[in-house]
Parts: sequence; C-alpha cells; structure tokens
Amino acid sequence: MRRVRAEILNTRKLGAYHQLTLVAPDIAERARPGQFISVGMPGDRAFVLRRHFSIHQASRRGGWAGTLEFVFDPTGPGTEWLADAKPHQFLDVIGPLGKAFAYPRRLGTCLLVAHGHGAASLLFLAQELRAREKRVDMILGASSQEYVFKPIEAKRLSQAIVIATEDGSIGEEASVRDVLPRVADETRAEVVYAAGPHTTLRSVAAFCAERRLPAQVAVEEPMACGLGMCFTCVVPVIRKDGSGYDNLRSCTDGPVFNAARVFWDRWGGERAAPVPTPPEGFPAVRSWPG
Amino acid sequence: MAGLKPSLAVDLNGVRLPLPLVAASGCLGTGRELGGLVDVRRLGGVVTRSLTYGPSRGAATPRVAESASGVVTAVGVQNQGVRSFLDEDLPRLADAAVPVVASVAGSTLDEYLSVTTALHVRPGIVALEVYLSGPDAERGDRPFYARIERLAEIVGAVSRLSHVPVFAKLPALLPDLVDVAHACVRAGAHGLTLIDGLPAMSVDPSRLRARIGSGVGTLSGPAIKPVAVAAVYRVAQAMPDVPIMGVGGVSTAEDAAEFLLAGAWAVQLGTVLLVDPDAPVEVARGLAAYLHEKGLTSPSDLRGRVRMPAREPA
Repeated sequence: MRRVRAEILNTRKLGAYHQLTLVAPDIAERARPGQFISVGMPGDRAFVLRRHFSIHQASRRGGWAGTLEFVFDPTGPGTEWLADAKPHQFLDVIGPLGKAFAYPRRLGTCLLVAHGHGAASLLFLAQELRAREKRVDMILGASSQEYVFKPIEAKRLSQAIVIATEDGSIGEEASVRDVLPRVADETRAEVVYAAGPHTTLRSVAAFCAERRLPAQVAVEEPMACGLGMCFTCVVPVIRKDGSGYDNLRSCTDGPVFNAARVFWDRWGGERAAPVPTPPEGFPAVRSWPG
Repeated sequence: MAGLKPSLAVDLNGVRLPLPLVAASGCLGTGRELGGLVDVRRLGGVVTRSLTYGPSRGAATPRVAESASGVVTAVGVQNQGVRSFLDEDLPRLADAAVPVVASVAGSTLDEYLSVTTALHVRPGIVALEVYLSGPDAERGDRPFYARIERLAEIVGAVSRLSHVPVFAKLPALLPDLVDVAHACVRAGAHGLTLIDGLPAMSVDPSRLRARIGSGVGTLSGPAIKPVAVAAVYRVAQAMPDVPIMGVGGVSTAEDAAEFLLAGAWAVQLGTVLLVDPDAPVEVARGLAAYLHEKGLTSPSDLRGRVRMPAREPA
C-alpha cells in the first residue's frame, strides 16, 4: 500500500460514468483485480471522507505503463467534484487496498456477472483470466443503456456476453438474475465472479449456492477510511469451520469474499431484518476455489 | 529565552505524553494496521478501540453516512475482546513505545470492572479512558451517561480499582456538563475526555429510510468542533486543575490550539486520522511553529489562555 500524489493523465465520459486515468506507477505495479484505491477530497469543502473506487485498469507494460484507471457515477458531492477534475491536476491516492479476486487453479470456464460500474473491476479481471488461458463469459446488467459499462470492451474480452437492462434500452429487458441460469447453462460455467450492489450479489450468491458453483463477490459497503481503522464497512462472514460468523471489514478482509460464506440474511443492505444464528450452526464451507 | 525550541511534551498531572496529540478511540484500528500509513511514533499517545470483556460484533450495517463537514457513524463497540487485545495488539503498540490509553467499555458494572482488571497493570498502558455512551444492560439499555448517579458509580468503581489514572469520556449534551464532570472527579476520575460524538441521524429522503443500520449514531468530524471547544471551555473554567483531553473535529494545528486555549491539556485526533494518515505529523509541526511564533515554550503555556473579544469603549 502506498500513498502518492497522482497526476490525472486523462478524463473520459462513458455514458453515465466518468473514467479517470492517473499516473501512479507505485500503485499500478501492485494492483490486482478486485482491489481498490482511496482518493482524498479537497480540504476546504464540507465533505471530509476519502472516496473509494475499485481499480478498473492497471497497466504495467507498454505505452500506458504506470497508469491506473477508475470509474465512477457522479452522484454525490465527492464524485461530482471528481467529475470536474482536469488533466494535470493532482490527487491524493492510497492503494492498492483490499484483497483481490483469486484465480481458479484448475477450473477453466469463468462467468463474470456485473451490475452497473461493478463491471469496472470485472473487465480488469477478465483480462487477467484471459492471460491465464481461462474462458471468460460475461453478463452485464444495468438500469438502462447509459449505465452499461464498456459493452464493446466486454465483448472483446469474452466468448459469450449477455446484456440485461431493466428498461430494455439495450440487450434484454431483464435483471442479471433473470438471465443467469440460462447463461450459466449455455456457457457451462464452472466459476462465477460478481460485482455490484447488494441485491445483485445476493441473488447471484443464492443461485451459485443452489448449483454448487464456487463464487466470489466484490461488495460495495460504505466505508469511512478504507484502511481498516474505523470498522464501518463490515460484512458478516461465516467462519470456515461453520462455528459462527464474524463481522469482517470489507476494506481489509474484502472487498472480495467467497459468496458461500457471506451471511446474507445478517447483512444489512436492502433487507435489514437480522436473523438469529441457527442453533445447529452453519454448514462448513470449502474454501475457494473448490 | 529567545531561540528556545518549544518542547511539545505535556504532563497531565502525572500522565506524561511526548506530544499533546493522541489518537482518539476507534480511529486507529486495532494496532494491526500500524505497519500501514499512520506512524504511531508521531503521536503522543493512542487511545485503543473501546474494549469489552469478550469479543463484540458491534452495530448493524451500514455504519457510516457523511454529512456536512462531518460523519455519522454507529460502529457499536466492535472489538476483539480484552484478552485478544492484550495478546495480539498491545505488544505491537508497546514495541512502538507509544503511550497507550486503554478505552474501557461494558454493558454492566461487572464487565467494566473485569475489563479494568485485565488492563490496568499492563506495561505500556499509562491510563484508562471510560466509554460511557454504550447501552446499560442493567438499566434498560439507556446510555450509562443518562443518569449522573449511574455514571458516577461506573467511573468511581473503575477509578478505585485501577492502578493507572482514569479519564471519563463525556458527551457534550448532558443537562449540566459541569455538574457531571464534578461528579466524575469526586468519584475518583483523574481527568476527562471531552467530547464523545453527538447523537446524530441521517435520512435518505429518496428511499424514505435511515442511512445507517442503527438509525441513530454519533456525529464526528469538523462539524462538532465548536461544540467540543465550548464543552472544554466550560469544564476547564470550573475545574482548571483537572486534566482534560479535548476531542472533536481537530484537523489542523489551529484547531488543536483552539482546544488548548479553551483549557484542554492535550488534544485527541479522530476523524482526521481516517482521512489523512499524515495529520499527526502536520499538526505537531504546525503547533510547534505556532508556539514559536507566539513566543511560548510549551503547549501548556496556551492552556486556558483564551480571552474574550475586547469590548468597544462606549
């Protein structure tokens, strides 16, 4: 983990999203898919917390060596400030942070499921999986066309791709959960990776549990520090031996978790009704990637 | 003496700190993140996460929502329990040779005492801080601070048991903060930490629901600084001989100076540590420069020196 003053090399608008390219060789060199960076906000404003973004691209070689890309949807004061940032401006960046996706050792067919800008980290993952000679298929979901992130890039990286939007403005009028069983069957998926909001991850995890597919999810839980200090971004995760669960920090123990070990009923998200720990304990879960 | 370089060391009636800047409870992780970005040796001390006897999972999620110049959080007292802290985290802090103030929490009087027993004779721990904003299981889960007698009972029992000095951490909105502060000191507290976060709530109108899982959490960050400075000022005016650690929204040397001028003996850094890991270094440097500029040699020279604006002659 490094803290650097990183120059903005380029800014780009992609549908609803903004993409920033930074010169940050110290971070780019170490970054792996699923990890994130933390960006400091200007000191003279009313918003104080750093903002956290998953890493979309980290180039180690070639003309873009030493650069880092991240993507955001400007929806609040911090991201709106970043949307106005200009090339050659410097940002206070800490990274890479968190645990990355694990690559499968023997299994070879990977289905990547993203909702919204969750696709940012999965496109990075797709590249790395392809470099390891894995088959990559993808489901990109979003509310509407402008929220589908880089569909052409996704198509280039995957054998099969299905796009699903809630309003049908591009691809099928469906949620990722609706198309998931079909795509998983057609592609003979052996491993699932997912990134997106809680509801998407939960539905993907439920499907994978039913089919006994190993799955990893990258969570988006609100974080204050991103560094493991504040304990605000915790996710309930069942212990390996099934003896109970712990609230683990998504910044240091995640943001990537084994979907089968997330205690979804205990995790706030959209449904905040807590349930008691089952008296018989939890089923023990094989560790990734099965 | 001209040219004398100010020393930043302070003495809180026997609790000696190399710098008047202490990491506030819950803002420096567990000690395991110390290999990271915050250099603890640049702090005058570290207050630990609040420790319960056994491990505690803490509050429902989500736990954080930003608000204007502040942060609403409700972490509960998620911590690994006092045993695990002593085995795994205290040695790390001791290796860094930074004075440790252990934050004592509990849900019953007995739990406060068990935690105190485990902590107060450990090398490296120079003081205890009593966290009083948690729910009191013996009084219908009202906060411990809700009744002055109960608060004094807890603070008194911990203080009588402890071999190291005890600071009571108080919220600012008590009906009479000065009376409560007096009660803590009469009960045996060595000093006070002012203030704990203010009760706060953030609502998302578009989804018609609270932004954090517990509904109500506490507000911290620059938004609470003037409230905290006033609390320090009022208590310090009434009890100038009782050490006060001021806490609430300090992010610059000027903020730290405000607290010292209002009557604080030392200052805790909280939210700023989550945002800027280099803050301790910068605040210390700025404070030394400020003292030098004012011709003072020690942070204690600032203590309580605030003046009221001069009145215009009629």
